Amino acid sequence: MASNSASPAVSEAAAVAPIISLRDVTKRYGDGATAFLALKGIDLDIAQGDFVAVMGASGSGKSTTMNILGCLDVPTGGTFAFKGVHVETLDRDQRALLRRKYLGFVFQGFNLLARTTALENVELPLLYRGDAKGARRAAAMAALDKVGLANWWDHTPAELSGGQQQRVAIARAIVTSPAVLLADEPTGNLDSERSVEIMELLAGLNRDSGITVIMVTHEPDMAAFARTIVHFKDGLVERIDTQHHQGEVAL
Amino acid sequence: MFGTTLSLALRSIARHKLRSFLTTLGIIIGVAAVVTMVTLGKATTAAVQKSISSLGTNILQVRPGQGFGRGGGGPRPPDFKPQDAIAIRDQIAGVTAVAAQAGTTATAIYEGANWSTTLNGTTNAYFQVQPWPLTEGRYFTPAEEAAGKSVCIIGNTVNTNLYRGGSPLGTRMRIGGISCDVIGRLSARGQAGFGGDQDDVVIMPLKAVQRRFTGSTDLKLMLVGVDQAYATSAVQASIEDLLRERRNITGGKDDDFNIFDTAQISATLTQSTTLLTGIVTAVAGISLVVGGIGIMNIMLVSVTERTREIGIRLAIGAVAGEVLLQFLVEAIALSMLGGVIGLVVAQVAVLSLTGVMKVDYLFDPQINMIAFAISAVIGVVFGYFPARRAAALNPIDALRHE
Repeated sequence: MASNSASPAVSEAAAVAPIISLRDVTKRYGDGATAFLALKGIDLDIAQGDFVAVMGASGSGKSTTMNILGCLDVPTGGTFAFKGVHVETLDRDQRALLRRKYLGFVFQGFNLLARTTALENVELPLLYRGDAKGARRAAAMAALDKVGLANWWDHTPAELSGGQQQRVAIARAIVTSPAVLLADEPTGNLDSERSVEIMELLAGLNRDSGITVIMVTHEPDMAAFARTIVHFKDGLVERIDTQHHQGEVAL
Repeated sequence: MFGTTLSLALRSIARHKLRSFLTTLGIIIGVAAVVTMVTLGKATTAAVQKSISSLGTNILQVRPGQGFGRGGGGPRPPDFKPQDAIAIRDQIAGVTAVAAQAGTTATAIYEGANWSTTLNGTTNAYFQVQPWPLTEGRYFTPAEEAAGKSVCIIGNTVNTNLYRGGSPLGTRMRIGGISCDVIGRLSARGQAGFGGDQDDVVIMPLKAVQRRFTGSTDLKLMLVGVDQAYATSAVQASIEDLLRERRNITGGKDDDFNIFDTAQISATLTQSTTLLTGIVTAVAGISLVVGGIGIMNIMLVSVTERTREIGIRLAIGAVAGEVLLQFLVEAIALSMLGGVIGLVVAQVAVLSLTGVMKVDYLFDPQINMIAFAISAVIGVVFGYFPARRAAALNPIDALRHE
């Protein structure tokens, strides 16, 4: 778990209690003859402040796991503890409140609201938190500044490049200072140069703000930025690698 | 939470201006139609009542001939005689005055201007039965009435056309080939309920008209004033009995004259205009419901179209209730917006239509408020189903939606 950039405090906290803990998690879709077991019993601990890459072929269960980690879905069996809270016991709205407070999402397709300025997109999560207008504006501008788009705040997604859109999406994900940032193939729609920029941004956020980053990716180059790489196969965790030289491939 | 939802909904409306406008169009038309119909209906009813009450209340109109729809062959029934008027005045209890009338149409000429108008010969009792104030001048003197002098009191329309609104007093104008001194000008009364212009009239002493125009002492019309303390229907029956006797109508024969109670006409006309207003409003109300269905339609399409947006909102932590409220508030805001625009459209429509129909514009706060409230209710009713649908979306599926 030791790394060249993570602060010792984060590592220590992680050693004490993982922020995410999956135990024998199963997920079944459908019933009877058409039932399909997507997860066959996952055990996974993720330490606070870690940078995790999730890899695996399609159908290996990584997306299902991400949905469960994102509190968008609940396991059929097993337990999922997030900061000690058993998510499988929460209802829909309780999980929504958990997402609002602790989670940030970055998607492959950016998923920004169309015809809405970068600033308004970033403000959206704060709106649901009920922040006052002035505080909202300031926090959103600060987040845009972190992703290097402070000067583009009044542009709509249609006026931004793919890389810029993904930066806005990252700003939206981090504006609430979440504990965990979940990124589902964040570079999947970008060229390699843009991809590296996004990965450096995520790595920087992980390093400087201590946000736990969990990212699904197909590309080993991108996974190289992570500290921990979880390999999925056939609904099970195949192996977990720990890298001591993050980002070496790209650098 | 509500403030947030409201601002979210308003932003969404502002971002899709054309779609929002098309969504509200049904409500705009519905509200405008209902308000226009009700307002015009009330204005028409008021105009009918006003023009009938300007004929005077507690007045019986007695005319020779049978009532509506009883025309046809046979000799024309005789006109009334002056003695008939005197008999009614003197023999029937509850009669305040009887204004006997004879008239014709004639062309009035003054200094090169000429105007075809109604010449009405009557007595001062006419002004007593149905009060009609003068703008200037005076009524007839007893001497003028008795002698049948050639003096005339002119209506506002005649004054406008012959004197261009100036004072006619002291002038001599020609009417139907004779000259007369203008002694008074009547105040304006406006349109009668049946489209006639009550102000297009020249009034002369009855005897003058009889002698110089009709050539007999026959009377075409008697206006009978009834004392407030007496029942109009009872007086009407007494007059009928008296006239049957005087005109020798016996046994089961029908009357060859008719007596109208203006109050009764007023009530009948008010009833029919109110009924018509109701029917037309009901039809307009249907368009309001159709407008509501239009909102539901577009909101449902909008939910499908914005599935991914809903997914994003749910993913970043919106609870189902907030999504439901957002779409509901959006629907309500849209329909209320449509309501407001509809009210404005209605006022414009009513203003121009009252001009065309020559009735008074009356702003009716009640129907405006009701129509607006209905538009809000429509938003709630027809917005709930799409909103519930949006809130029930699974965030994972919604995010994957293309």
